[in-house]
Amino acid sequence: MMGFISVISIWMIPCFILFIMIAASMKRLPAYDLFVEGGKEGVKTAVSLLPFLVGMITAISILRSSGALDAFVDILSPLLAFIGFPAEVLPLALIRPISGTAALGMTTEIIATYGPDSFIGTIASVMQGSTDTTLYVLTIYFGAIGIKKIRYALQAGLLADLIAILAAVFLVTMMFG
Amino acid sequence: MINWIWICMAAIGIIYAMFSGNMEAVNEAIFESAAQAVTLAIGLISILVFWLGMMRIAEEAGILRGLAKIFRPLISKIFPEIPKDHPALGYILSNLTANMFGLGNAATPLGIKAMEEMKKLNKHSETASRSMITFLILNTTGLTLIPTTVIGIRMQYESASPTEIVGVTLLVTCIGTIAGLIIDRFFYYKSTWRKS
Repeated sequence: MMGFISVISIWMIPCFILFIMIAASMKRLPAYDLFVEGGKEGVKTAVSLLPFLVGMITAISILRSSGALDAFVDILSPLLAFIGFPAEVLPLALIRPISGTAALGMTTEIIATYGPDSFIGTIASVMQGSTDTTLYVLTIYFGAIGIKKIRYALQAGLLADLIAILAAVFLVTMMFG
Repeated sequence: MINWIWICMAAIGIIYAMFSGNMEAVNEAIFESAAQAVTLAIGLISILVFWLGMMRIAEEAGILRGLAKIFRPLISKIFPEIPKDHPALGYILSNLTANMFGLGNAATPLGIKAMEEMKKLNKHSETASRSMITFLILNTTGLTLIPTTVIGIRMQYESASPTEIVGVTLLVTCIGTIAGLIIDRFFYYKSTWRKS
């Protein structure tokens, strides 16, 4: 099972690219022209991310270098150790449903501090990649069509986030721990 | 809210440093991390250009549309209140497939279109309908096939295997999505019990 999952990790992207190439040649598409056209979008996305990342990573770095973040982790570690939840990723878990850019900044900072291949860095990567920003999605979609009463949407969304976060910790602990 | 979180992180850090004697480290961190963030954003260009370029070909080749067709029966089961050939289903499917491939910018307008159609079905009420909440849950659990940004960050910090997390992430996304749908059903039935 575990071996199968790591094979998928390595094979998925190259195979998907091959699939795109075959589909494009069967339809006789100008694949390279399309690639360049779509790629321009990528430059825009990365550049528009820049100010968000500078703002967030700087604030998180202040918190980290002052020692406040480590103090917070030290206080919570013994409490969370009971359920096997590493306190180092708790700040990320708390911020993930609230702000996408803050979570991205936090993930980056955790990866920079603990290393991308460390246990903590792997959990942070999976957490960041596996769910979306609940509060943002709710605000954008319900705001756009003028919904005033959201009923159980927020509770259900946050509960689903909690399960995804616990699943990330559990599965990474099983596979890489 | 995010403005407050941001202020708190910076303010708590600086105040804590006054007492812990780490002010020098904080001072250094401010300028170093800003530079680090710029390097990261520039570094992310590589993977974003590559991925969005590939996805443009996939879109033209009809791969996203084909996938939407495969998922149609499943999606219409998840949304029992939407008639089978209503345009809302089409928008929901295009939004979900765009999200699966990490095309957030393309997914959002499609999602808003889907919401508008569902509002029409709900007689333009200002209260969220059952289908709207189900759709929202599917979006917040973020069913993604390949987490490109995370792979980009891992590359920047010299991971031995940046894509190592793809399999687990996929598994966790699926668990989150299935759990989200179950939770959604649970809350829905709970709300109908209260009425009767």
